[in-house]
Amino acid sequence: MKVQQISVFLENKSGRLAMLTKVLAQEKINIRALSIADTTDFGILRLIVDQPDAAYLMLKRAGFTVSETAVIAVEIPDHPGGLAEILDILAGAEINIEYCYALPQKSNDKALVVFRVERLDEAIRVLLEKGVGVLKEDSVYGI
Amino acid sequence: MIWNRPMETMARKELQALQLQRLKALVERVYHNVPAYREKMQAAGLTPRDVQSLEDLRRLPFTVKQDLRDHYPYGLFAAPMREIVRVHASSGTTGNPIVVGYTRRDLDTWSEVTARTLACAGADADAVVQVSYGYGLFTGGLGIHYGAEKIGATVVPMSGGNTQRQIKLMQDFGATILACTPSYALYLAEAIQEMKIPREKLRLKAGIFGAEPWTEEMRRELEYRLQIMAIDIYGLSEVIGPGVASECPVKNGLHIFEDHFIPEIIDPETEQPLPYGEKGELVFTTITKEGFPVIRYRTRDISVLHAEPCPCGRTHVRMEKVSGRSDDMIIIRGVNVFPSQVESVLLKLGLTEPHYVLVVDRVGSLDTLEVWVEVSDKLFSDEVRNLEKIERTIQRELESLLGLTARVRLVEPKSIERSEGKAKRVIDRRKKQ
Repeated sequence: MKVQQISVFLENKSGRLAMLTKVLAQEKINIRALSIADTTDFGILRLIVDQPDAAYLMLKRAGFTVSETAVIAVEIPDHPGGLAEILDILAGAEINIEYCYALPQKSNDKALVVFRVERLDEAIRVLLEKGVGVLKEDSVYGI
Repeated sequence: MIWNRPMETMARKELQALQLQRLKALVERVYHNVPAYREKMQAAGLTPRDVQSLEDLRRLPFTVKQDLRDHYPYGLFAAPMREIVRVHASSGTTGNPIVVGYTRRDLDTWSEVTARTLACAGADADAVVQVSYGYGLFTGGLGIHYGAEKIGATVVPMSGGNTQRQIKLMQDFGATILACTPSYALYLAEAIQEMKIPREKLRLKAGIFGAEPWTEEMRRELEYRLQIMAIDIYGLSEVIGPGVASECPVKNGLHIFEDHFIPEIIDPETEQPLPYGEKGELVFTTITKEGFPVIRYRTRDISVLHAEPCPCGRTHVRMEKVSGRSDDMIIIRGVNVFPSQVESVLLKLGLTEPHYVLVVDRVGSLDTLEVWVEVSDKLFSDEVRNLEKIERTIQRELESLLGLTARVRLVEPKSIERSEGKAKRVIDRRKKQ
């Protein structure tokens, strides 16, 4: 249930993101989702890829500052209020969300959102109890 | 280990008598052989006979770097060129290079004092000394080289650069002593770590690091990473090169080899001599050099002298680690800032790799200081607020130490230029304007 997300430190200067994606392309690593959190000086790039461990090693070898973080990918009913229901469940369990971003979904009618939360295991448990679809990591990597 | 026990542990009274005798001979020598010194003394109303005690040294005029430039190349040599067997020179990036000359006896003196330096780090005939200071016109490489040979150690004359090869030979040749700049030592330590070389593959015991000011925190870092004893050594070409002073294993200041060099500390503003224990600019008079002696040479290095006896037995005064250079000092909004202050904050916080650069600029009429710090794997977090917290912590510490606000900017690892010689710690963009 825990999806490995790759996080990379990026200075705000031209060409760094291009360079990074090139490294992944050369290694035939496919990006499933990405999000950038940025400040004036630097950004943190978060990536879901099909081969997280390989991506971690390759980026490290290419000189990037990289870490792997466990996140969860949650299926959200694709209608108004869908996200609110999920957030309500987490709020009910007093689990804070550090950040989240959407993941494209190809075939079914549900939206996918990646969550980085505190108390990950507990978050998974409460979501499952409420019948929310938390995706298995393999299915996320293989989207 | 003391290389020259009679000289290095001489009673101070005897030492002072020797210094006076040598000082008098020096003053005679430059008065008669170097017109520039004679003119300066005459302008001050002095003749060699006026130097009758060590206190009289204070009456002699200072020598500054500009004097050396003005008399480029050989104008301040005190021996005829046929007796000069070697010259060294600075890079001359900011004008005429500084050229210094050595007679055969000067080379002996130089080897003697660098031998003492190496002995301070425990070197003897069994030592394998890897000299990774640059060879050539720079005095670092050859200076240490001759000292190591004098001791009878095995010298590996690597010179700077070619890091992979440095590390390979360090293992294969079993280097026990590493001689280089502290910034290059750190670079080597990083490379050793990256190459995943186990410590057992290295026989390194000590490092003698000099040619740039470095901090106690940097010492701890180097000692931890390389598992060695890190010794600070001091010297400058104008005085002789490396070998002017060296820490002993007590690591409580660098013994200045006073039978060859008389140190003073002056207030850089008023130029008045300061007593032991007070901070100021180091000034040296070389009392045994023949080819290129200097009288009261202003080094621009900031230090403090201490005369209390050292537990190691050496009686020569100790200078504190150089805390900065009066000309490296940057003045930002009226505040004096030394790069070493920033270094000590970063290392004390233990947050980052000690790679940093100070970027000074002027926006409108206001000076700005940015400190660029490399993010290490250790401190990287995928949450922006954690990184911002680190920036704020560094900023706060710098503010409390320096009394001014610096903008801290985290940059990618390896993005700050690595140096194989002296690290460049300041980018001053104000100078362009």
